[in-house]
Amino acid sequence: MNPKMDIQALDQNIPKGTSLWEDALVRLRKNKLSMIGLGFLLFVMILCLLTPWIAPYGYEDQNLRLGAIPPSAEHWLGTDTFGRDMLTRILYGGRVSLLVGFIATSVALIIGVTYGAIAGYAGGKTDAFMMRLVDILYALPFMIFIILLMVVFGRNLLLLFLAIGAVEWLVMARIVRGQIQSLRQQEYVEAAISLGLSPAAIIIRHLIPNALGPVIVYTTLTIPNVMLLEAFLSFLGLGIQPPESSWGLLISYGVETMEEYPWLLIFPGLALTLTLFALNFLGDGLRDALDPKASKD
Amino acid sequence: MWRFIGLRSLQAIPVILAVITVTFFLVRAAPGGPFSSEKAVSPQVQAALEAQYRLDQPPLQQYISYLSDLVQGNMGPSFYYPGRSVDELIFQGLPITAELGFYALLIAVIIGSFAGVIAALKPNTMQDYVPMSLAMVGICMPSFLLGPSLVLVFGILLDWLPVSGWGDSRGDKILPSITLGAMYAAYIARLSRSGMLEVMSQDYLRTARAKGLPEYVVILKHALRGGLLPVISYLGPAFAALLSGSFVVETIFQIPGLGRFYVQAAFNRDYTMILGTTVFLSTLIVVFNLLSDIAAAWLNPRLRYQFNK
Repeated sequence: MNPKMDIQALDQNIPKGTSLWEDALVRLRKNKLSMIGLGFLLFVMILCLLTPWIAPYGYEDQNLRLGAIPPSAEHWLGTDTFGRDMLTRILYGGRVSLLVGFIATSVALIIGVTYGAIAGYAGGKTDAFMMRLVDILYALPFMIFIILLMVVFGRNLLLLFLAIGAVEWLVMARIVRGQIQSLRQQEYVEAAISLGLSPAAIIIRHLIPNALGPVIVYTTLTIPNVMLLEAFLSFLGLGIQPPESSWGLLISYGVETMEEYPWLLIFPGLALTLTLFALNFLGDGLRDALDPKASKD
Repeated sequence: MWRFIGLRSLQAIPVILAVITVTFFLVRAAPGGPFSSEKAVSPQVQAALEAQYRLDQPPLQQYISYLSDLVQGNMGPSFYYPGRSVDELIFQGLPITAELGFYALLIAVIIGSFAGVIAALKPNTMQDYVPMSLAMVGICMPSFLLGPSLVLVFGILLDWLPVSGWGDSRGDKILPSITLGAMYAAYIARLSRSGMLEVMSQDYLRTARAKGLPEYVVILKHALRGGLLPVISYLGPAFAALLSGSFVVETIFQIPGLGRFYVQAAFNRDYTMILGTTVFLSTLIVVFNLLSDIAAAWLNPRLRYQFNK
């Protein structure tokens, strides 16, 4: 046998080096439910993004003579009691629901990661004090506080983002702090310190990127929680106010008229449930892919 | 153990105090006085009202009087329901909400842990997939959607069960309890599944099997205790979530409980009522978190040592 050939054959068999992220991507791709979830989410997001251009009717176009009609060729998902097209209203509602989900989660992400990283890097008394504060805040019944805030300061969207974000950052801070704490013992951090890098630079450049896996996973699982919270508040009449719309608000209208016009409840309900499904499946898949150690709960 | 209980209880006090303080000043900061209604009242009446509710005093003074009243179990008169006190209203709604919450939690714990344990016994088979898919549905379907759907199917289409009230007609407690319990059943199923899976691979279970114990003893006596630990720790937060869930369920099924009072007080801008209910519910939640932590520490000594460190 030709030894040269052998080496060539061996060469071809050497697996290409894969990074952690490529590895995770491969694992994620194998998870069918997650990929379906991701596809569905992208579909919904694109629809909601393009709503002003693709919506079949105007957002507040009323047709009182038409009234509530079941799904038909002109109105795919029927119309509500004012003769407004349900498909259009669900699309516009989705914009608000998704927006709340993403913005409030970003608020939680920014506060939580910053706070957790500082506590984890500082260690010692600073860390103990910061985390005890998180413990105390965590024990507060926040749902009641959000309702209180909405009552006291009126129901505005910005406050809703801030209030929800302010609740969700606590867990994020704990996760990040735990990660950073274990990472800062590593040699490359020591190297960075001896090179004279400032703590901020070390945290941003070296520590946070390495703690990103669990953060991404938790972020994906926070979005459905936030959307649920918004829908809950809107359902009670304490969240989004008409003429703005959201899925929670549409569902609460649907409940009022469900005996005569069940489609007014069914379609917004499906929109919300399916989106939450997709987000949860994607989140579970990401956890398995990025953080194989974490147990499934 | 006693040291743990003592230390952990001490930790609850600043939390409760913080709740009272934040709520008090938030409610005071609300724009528009509680009496700025459409009806114009004469200045004398206004002054008399403000004196009655102590609104003429400086805020700090009001806060101190409120605290001292609170310690004596007096939450002041309701702004909205004249002649009735907040504590009276709370204790009128409390038994109903407590009963609803009890049934819901019972359903959640029994169905949830049963489903979770069943799924964990044969992971990655149909016995695992079916209950876990149902659990996913339970998590993604919010109570304000599940409740009306159940009403539509069992109340209106099939006409089997009454759709509103509490204790007024036979079977009217079934739908609200299921609606409230479903989501927690789903969470508990997931928690107990992962808890059981983790325990099942432990050495002490292998030892138990090696001793020749029958499988049901291994599971019921040895695995369940460790496997259901996450469920016990979850019960505290679940209770808090159950209370806020009762806001929706009581509104949907028109149940005159605490949750409905709270939502109504929010709409009526009944400030003393909001303040009183918030303080009351928050204290309840903090106490329940405390109890669930103590229960978890009792079952798992490691948690105790961590805390005492």
